[in-house]
Amino acid sequence: MPSIFAAFEPGAVLTSFWPSVIDGLALGSLYALVALGYTLVYGVLRLINFANSEIFMIGTAGALVGTSLLGISLADPTQAGLGLALALLVCLVISMAFGGAAAVLLELLAYRPLRRRGAPRLSFLISAIGSSLFLAELFARPWLLGRDRKPVPEIVDHAAIFTFKGAIVSLDKVIVIVGALVMMVVIDQFVRRSRLGRGIRAVAQDPETATLMGVNIDRVVTFTFLLGGLMAGAAGLLYEVRFPGTKFDIGFIFGIKSFTAAVLGGIGNLRGALVGGIVLGLLEAFGGAVFGSEWIDVIGFTILVVILMFRPTGLLGESLGKARA
Amino acid sequence: MRNTRRMGMAFGLLAATGLLAAGCSSEDSEVSTGGTATSAPGGANCPKDLKIGFFGALTGSDAALGINERNGMRVAFERYKKESGCEVKLEPYDSQGDPAQAPGLASKAVGDSKVVAIIGPAFSGESKQANPIFNEGGLPIITPSATNAALSKNGWKIFHRAVANDDLQGPAAAKFIIGKGAKKIAVIDDASEYGKGLADIVRTKLKEGGATTDVNEAIDPKGSDYSSTVNKVKAANVDAVFYGGYYESAGRLMKQLRDGNVAATFVAGDGSLDAKFLDSASGKGEGAVLLAPGNYTATDQAFIDEYKKLNGGAEPGLYSVEGFDAANHVLAALKAGKTTRADINAYVSTTPYQGLLKNYQYQADGELQGGGDIIVHEVNGGKITLVGPVK
Amino acid sequence: MRLPTRPRLEVVAPVAEAWNRLPRVARWLATLALVAFLFVLPTLTIPIIDTPGSDFASVLFFPVGIYVLIALGLNVVVGEAGLLDLGYVAFFAIGGYAMGLLGTMVDLGPLLSGLPVIGGSALRLLGPDGTPFFVILPLGILASMVGGLILGTPTLRLRGDYLAIVTLGFGEIIRIIARNTDAIGGPRGINQIPHPPSVGGLKFGVIDPKPYYWLLLVIIIVVTLLVRNLQRSRVGRAWTAIREDEDAAELMGVPTFKYKLWAFAIGAGIGGSGGVLYASKVISITPDNFLFILSILFLSAVVLGGSGNMPGVVLGAVVVAYLPERFRGFAEYRVLVFGAVLVAMMVFRPQGLLPSRRRAAELRRGEGSPDDAVGGTAGPEAVTT
Repeated sequence: MPSIFAAFEPGAVLTSFWPSVIDGLALGSLYALVALGYTLVYGVLRLINFANSEIFMIGTAGALVGTSLLGISLADPTQAGLGLALALLVCLVISMAFGGAAAVLLELLAYRPLRRRGAPRLSFLISAIGSSLFLAELFARPWLLGRDRKPVPEIVDHAAIFTFKGAIVSLDKVIVIVGALVMMVVIDQFVRRSRLGRGIRAVAQDPETATLMGVNIDRVVTFTFLLGGLMAGAAGLLYEVRFPGTKFDIGFIFGIKSFTAAVLGGIGNLRGALVGGIVLGLLEAFGGAVFGSEWIDVIGFTILVVILMFRPTGLLGESLGKARA
Repeated sequence: MRNTRRMGMAFGLLAATGLLAAGCSSEDSEVSTGGTATSAPGGANCPKDLKIGFFGALTGSDAALGINERNGMRVAFERYKKESGCEVKLEPYDSQGDPAQAPGLASKAVGDSKVVAIIGPAFSGESKQANPIFNEGGLPIITPSATNAALSKNGWKIFHRAVANDDLQGPAAAKFIIGKGAKKIAVIDDASEYGKGLADIVRTKLKEGGATTDVNEAIDPKGSDYSSTVNKVKAANVDAVFYGGYYESAGRLMKQLRDGNVAATFVAGDGSLDAKFLDSASGKGEGAVLLAPGNYTATDQAFIDEYKKLNGGAEPGLYSVEGFDAANHVLAALKAGKTTRADINAYVSTTPYQGLLKNYQYQADGELQGGGDIIVHEVNGGKITLVGPVK
Repeated sequence: MRLPTRPRLEVVAPVAEAWNRLPRVARWLATLALVAFLFVLPTLTIPIIDTPGSDFASVLFFPVGIYVLIALGLNVVVGEAGLLDLGYVAFFAIGGYAMGLLGTMVDLGPLLSGLPVIGGSALRLLGPDGTPFFVILPLGILASMVGGLILGTPTLRLRGDYLAIVTLGFGEIIRIIARNTDAIGGPRGINQIPHPPSVGGLKFGVIDPKPYYWLLLVIIIVVTLLVRNLQRSRVGRAWTAIREDEDAAELMGVPTFKYKLWAFAIGAGIGGSGGVLYASKVISITPDNFLFILSILFLSAVVLGGSGNMPGVVLGAVVVAYLPERFRGFAEYRVLVFGAVLVAMMVFRPQGLLPSRRRAAELRRGEGSPDDAVGGTAGPEAVTT
């Protein structure tokens, strides 16, 4: 019987070490940003927002809109210097706006009515799944994205800036890693220091007492979704920087992986989202090198199952509601 | 009772749904439109109300090939109407390329006595589920694109394949690669029935030809990041990369390879031969070699013009001409007075037909006699250009 | 601010009350009439319910009938025991692959040589080409149940959402392993799976789906009776207790883990039986027949219909499976409408189309309690027991 692991190559950990690190970091940064959306909503509402993956997809559409607004064509897309900074900024704002708006609408239409009537968790989950299907199919309409892959101009040059021990470091990877890191720091500080951030942590810790203390639950929930949506939108733009092109169902696999990252780091823990994302990205990169890329998804799911069984609170533990974010 | 009003609303809703349901119909069968009939329609010797079905993906993410074939059929039907004055309907069976939907549709086709032949199924996966049903129903089929070699080994009496299968495409690809002087090859597939099937044949033939397949990987066509594969290919320093899979993932893989500074020649099979390959490659598709058991672009201008006119300006694509030729073969049977499924099957199986592309003569197992050439295409200056058959 | 509670569409309650008031004999006759109608159904062509794009009898078998069977199985897990399973397709897959492997790759000859051929064609175990379908069927069910035990044993200690995600992961792991393992077919899957043997003159071929449909109907009836008996037994009561408040049940001495595992295994076995029958009808299966979206569709069937309640679940399955076939002309909008309907159902009628009274009560109980200020009931804080 032929071996299942036909491409098993344990030595790849060493031979592909630096390439796997760089590529894993880049991928993991994207996972981390989307994971933020899952973890925020879960921390506050104990809800797995399945549709966060479609918020991410809507964010990628923002890049499409942004580049066409700026007149960047597919034939000659690469920007440099100030032009690049401008393009990135415009697209980022649009993507985040799309993501934030979609998330707030989603909460209003699909979850708030259920909160009002005290529906059981199963109902929330079904509504989340239905919303996810609906949003994906909505964007499959020909007047939106259509069913085929929609090419997006590659505004960042993917050529190698320098190579380091076999790893190619290109501008797009740098932008993704740095950009994601900056976003996460901003969010982290915001949740720690701002008033709304304190509100989020209060509701995550103890909703009834928070209400008694005068926190407006609805506003906090809306804001939580907004934050998650902004992050998912930004992730969409950074995704387009790294992998130009979008499709209506691009969110599905990415969303599940990001959710795995959130759980891995500790769902409900902001820093856990970052850690989980990076760790998952690295594990996929190294796992693909060692086992062969057809096993990458299994790696992710197996990690998910193992973590949930042995350390369900994740690497950093659940702590949105605790003193430290 | 206060509940009566609610119940009334509920029943009203149900009734409205029922009416709506009754009014809805399925996909309509098509009758040739346009053109002026040169002779009075419906002469005494016109077969009545016959249908030829198209079976394949007309909607959904893999619809491009199905649409190409159906569009080619339209040209055939239109010409038939002009020449003979008789009408035949094109009955679409949209499987969306989903094998799960195939049995229900196939049973429907078999049960419709007016359907005398099927062009399709377009994909190998749905063929496996639909063809047994066609076989039992004695409904003759000609597939313009299902290339899985195992299909002809099931003893289906009604099966005809208008293209070379993967048992021919694979060795041709290997021959081409070795002919270019490549010694170390990376063979990648998309873990699909078609992609892995083709890639496995290439792997075997490359080894027989003395080359080494240093990298053997399967990627997820729905995934985004192929960097672990790219890194492996780079580390192995191969001369060529062969990809078994469809155009969307093929383009992205090639782009990521080029971004990763892999300069090896990129070769792929017929599933990757589509203009959208260039889109997915985001400008990095130059120099890709795409093989197919057919021509990507039609070369007969009259066909191209008529195709565009009947299909809203769309250009012929891969397998459009095969669809056209296959439909014409069946129509030739009709012209010869064969109007039953058994007669048409016998005609197609035994009588050759000279089509636009080639001469179609079928063996007992439904494969083309003489196999058929594998044609090389290359991406040159941002366009897919024809190079010629694999020597 | 709380929105006023919307008055519910009371179509079901009056019908249910009328049903309960009928004398026993009348109820039996009505049920028999319904069953007879179901048996005759594929031979009828009723304009309003006929599926114009696809063969009606085929559609009755798959997706409608199979979805009903699967929904009944999932209902045991989700509806009865209250365990959220997002990877149920895995058991369907195990059954299908069992049929495929035992039918094509594994020779059961030595195993069967000791069994007597029971007299009478209706009970003949061996098929025309030596395929012992009626031996493979219980083996497939057993394999699925073992799968359920393997999945359940380490994971049933988790609560709520975590269990859901673990089952999701398991479903995908099964599918990807099947895809990557060439020994069981890889992406090509298994072909030329044999049919069941002729029973009493009925031939199981490729063209006529009716014998398959009738066999499926028999299986559904058996499963319905089985589950109903379980519901009314101690097992069912334990499930109700677990579903309503697991901690309280544990405190009252109910061995919750054991009963949860039973629910899992039984549900898995039912799903596996569907897989075996499905594989023998379509005669070729690939890993792509068992995608994650199917788990979602199965779950939606249960929830839409009214989980925990068999007539509701059957209706849900019929809705989920039948409507897309009926409205094939709107193929482009199928999933879009489906997603919207799911959300709408949860917003406007979360108890399902045909809720059981008990379920409606459970759902109403959620209102007005402090938990629902933010949403949902018990959280997974106590994630391990």
